[in-house]
Amino acid sequence: MGRIADIRIRQVESKAVTPGQQTQVMPGSSRARRSLYWHYMVEPFLYLSPGIFLIGTVMMIPLIIGISYSFQSIELLNPFNTGWVGFENYQKLWSDRKFWLALENTFWWTFWSISFQFLLGLGLAMLLNTQFVGKKLFQALVFLPWAVPTFLSALTWAWLFNPVIGPLPHWMAALGILSEPYNIMGDPDLAMWGPIVANIWFGVPFFAITLLAALQSIPGELYEAAEIDGASPWQTFTKITLPFLAPMIAITVMLRTIWIANFADLIYVMTGGGPANSTQIVSSYIFTTAFRRLDFGYASAIAVALLGILLVYAVILLWLRKKLVKI
Amino acid sequence: MAIAQSRPLLAIGKYAALLGYLTFALFPLYWLLKIAITPDQLIFTEGTQLWPSSLTLDNFRTVLFQTDFLAYFGNSLYVSLGTAAATTLIAAGAGYAFSRFDFGGKRIIIAVMLITQMFPLLMIIAPIYKIVASLGMLNSLTSLIVVYTAFNIPFATFLMQSFFDGIPKDLEEAAMMDGCSRFQALRKVIFPLTLPGLGATLGFVFTAAWSELLFALMLISKNEAMTFPVGLLTFVSKFSVDWGQMMAAGVLALIPSCLFFIFIQRYLVQGLTSGAVKG
Amino acid sequence: MARIELKDVVKRYGSVEVLRDIDLDIEDGEFIVLVGPSGCGKSTLLRMIAGLEPITSGDFLIDGERMNDVRPRDRDIAMVFQSYALYPHMDVARNMGFSMEIRKDPSNERTSRVKQAAETLGLTSLTERLPKALSGGQRQRVAMGRAIIRDPRAFLFDEPLSNLDASLRVEMRLEIARLHQKLGATMIYVTHDQVEALTLADRIVVLNGGDIQQVGSPLDLYERPANKFVAQFIGSPTMNIIPVQGKSNGVKLADGALLELPHLFGTIDAVELGIRPEHIDVVEVGDLVGVADVVEHLGSDTNLYLQVEGLGPLMVREHGNIPVQPGDRVGLRIQSENVHLFGPDGNALRCHTNEAAA
Repeated sequence: MGRIADIRIRQVESKAVTPGQQTQVMPGSSRARRSLYWHYMVEPFLYLSPGIFLIGTVMMIPLIIGISYSFQSIELLNPFNTGWVGFENYQKLWSDRKFWLALENTFWWTFWSISFQFLLGLGLAMLLNTQFVGKKLFQALVFLPWAVPTFLSALTWAWLFNPVIGPLPHWMAALGILSEPYNIMGDPDLAMWGPIVANIWFGVPFFAITLLAALQSIPGELYEAAEIDGASPWQTFTKITLPFLAPMIAITVMLRTIWIANFADLIYVMTGGGPANSTQIVSSYIFTTAFRRLDFGYASAIAVALLGILLVYAVILLWLRKKLVKI
Repeated sequence: MAIAQSRPLLAIGKYAALLGYLTFALFPLYWLLKIAITPDQLIFTEGTQLWPSSLTLDNFRTVLFQTDFLAYFGNSLYVSLGTAAATTLIAAGAGYAFSRFDFGGKRIIIAVMLITQMFPLLMIIAPIYKIVASLGMLNSLTSLIVVYTAFNIPFATFLMQSFFDGIPKDLEEAAMMDGCSRFQALRKVIFPLTLPGLGATLGFVFTAAWSELLFALMLISKNEAMTFPVGLLTFVSKFSVDWGQMMAAGVLALIPSCLFFIFIQRYLVQGLTSGAVKG
Repeated sequence: MARIELKDVVKRYGSVEVLRDIDLDIEDGEFIVLVGPSGCGKSTLLRMIAGLEPITSGDFLIDGERMNDVRPRDRDIAMVFQSYALYPHMDVARNMGFSMEIRKDPSNERTSRVKQAAETLGLTSLTERLPKALSGGQRQRVAMGRAIIRDPRAFLFDEPLSNLDASLRVEMRLEIARLHQKLGATMIYVTHDQVEALTLADRIVVLNGGDIQQVGSPLDLYERPANKFVAQFIGSPTMNIIPVQGKSNGVKLADGALLELPHLFGTIDAVELGIRPEHIDVVEVGDLVGVADVVEHLGSDTNLYLQVEGLGPLMVREHGNIPVQPGDRVGLRIQSENVHLFGPDGNALRCHTNEAAA
């Protein structure tokens, strides 16, 4: 530390001397100059360095290691079969039926989750943007699911769907949705809806909160002006509210899509990917491969593939946003 | 708004919608509590009744005193509080730097932080496991704190930055004109004003750390080091019939989250929009 | 007490030069007002003097000592911020005494100084309140109290009155003037309000686009603006600028009339003529004829917005109440002794004969 500072002084001094005209410079000003340099260039990094250090060592370096794993065979259960294998993991991935199924499941999982979360969240936000008695309490209660730990949301919904202790199968049978009260998470055709419902429950508050914030930023005069101009509520909604929310919606949906596509906790706890991989999404597949089979090489290859897909998605979305949002 | 008052049908629709949302949000939690306080012998006979014919606290008693849940609870509390404290401290520094300084590389660092919020964290679960194992830190709660802290720093940094942005720069400059060094200005003027922000960040990070499951599953396998989610999940897969006890444990797990939730409610908008990606 | 010198001071953000070659000597005890349109660099200059912005190049001296790289806390300068920047979590007394608290001055001295400052500013009954419980004017007083308490070498004011309503602004302006008389300290005051500048300043520094346009006493600037910018910036209502053609004995107006200016020489270079609204008389038969467009009766004055054929719009301010209606034709006479002439580069032509003689 001291040495670095010394070098810096010397550099600064030599710089100050070369023009040879600053005769008025007071003695001791090089010291002051160092403090100025320190203030404006180095000081922010003093505050930042612990954060940068941790992110670097715990996230960025493992990320690079992870990418290198995808070119290796690392199976903890099979320690002699270790070493560089080139693209073998990726070849395996290409012909892995389970991966392609997981990719398809990821799509539907994300699509249905985000659609319902968004629509229900928008509805809730619009309700919360009106006045009614007990609004504060209502808001606190209705946002509560967001605070429930994910593993607990998963367990709770798994239990609700369980015909032994949960009411949902019985109600669905009574409504004629199911032929008899059985657990939909045992049915490969329906199992995905278990985690999706839990995800909707958990995610609606997030959309409601962000959209509510955006709604409240729309100036009230606009609505008054529209009312004076004779706009119907529906016209007000489509001509004022939606256009105003559009940029916010675009960015939130985009980020949320990525988040949900990565979100494996609910699925892992509720179905473990089963039955017959019908609820396995890519990220839960990564986790099962790493955690159950301890095949780190293959898990990393799946992860790199997922990262690539998400990157392509993000680039397309950013491009679309640029094209569509002219503001 | 005026619409609801002038049209009775709309008003009815609105209150029906409110009721619908409320039911959807609370029913699962209600059910959790209901089973937890239903006596064992009634669980199956009255399985789908909305209210049990008799109540008991036996399940809570059993969970608290005859299982390891108290230990899990303590572990989780330790990890979550440790993570929250470390993250908030580090993020406050970083958020302050983002809010108050313009420096080379600022945009790059912000971009990297945003990217870490987007890439699948599970991607690094294998390398993390290997690194932690090679350090001999498996089954150590400290390793969990370090990992969680790193995961939460980007989000917490943006949150803290938004709080610092809300404090006028003039205040610090006035303090510096009054004779403070920057650090003194930070300690005497900025810190007292950002206490609510620090509290909110603590709450958000605590909530996130409290519910993390997958990395804890990977890094912790010894019973005595398990966090609450891991312990509960192990419990579920081992004794999948003791419904009452499991739900009682679930209700217990809910308590700290709910407490922190009440605490951070005021800051939800800021928290969720500043990180933009944090669930 | 301090003498402040700026020598060739430059401020750059990246490649953008916001201040160029600023040379300024501020005498001990002088009240200097930096004035200019928004974005002219006046606040940046003040912040560089305060030490809140680094100086890119040049020298900044207080009492002959180079201060470029001295931290704000060591410059012994007090500053009053536009937003007042009162510490919200401290009461009035602690806000005012904060600088002494930081310097670890003995607490009994601090208490007596705070009390004294509170008395000076009429804040005695408010010392235990938090800033949020104060009105705008009271906050402004606290901000000033915080500055005077430590008896600094110089005071800096960054548009201190711009958040107050009109009547309070007048009151606080007087307060600041009184303060300067009482303390006799060097004060540097930034504003975009020329009334504040003209009433408070010993000397005004007019800045535009990062350059000093002119430095001078308020009357200097009003009577002898160095260029068209200063001419139009100082004085309210704004000076009329009329395109002219320079002749040897005067200037030719666009409608062809010749305005003789026998007391001036060098009028040949003039391309524009400046005349303040108060320097045009309404007469029966004059140099020009205008049609009144809008008439404002202010009681003490009457403002006429006229259209002059061949010249365009012209504004005239006449003392007292004159009975002109919109649509009336009015004869105008330009007071030739108060005419300003500008060359093609916008600089004033210094050509008064009496000035040349003196």
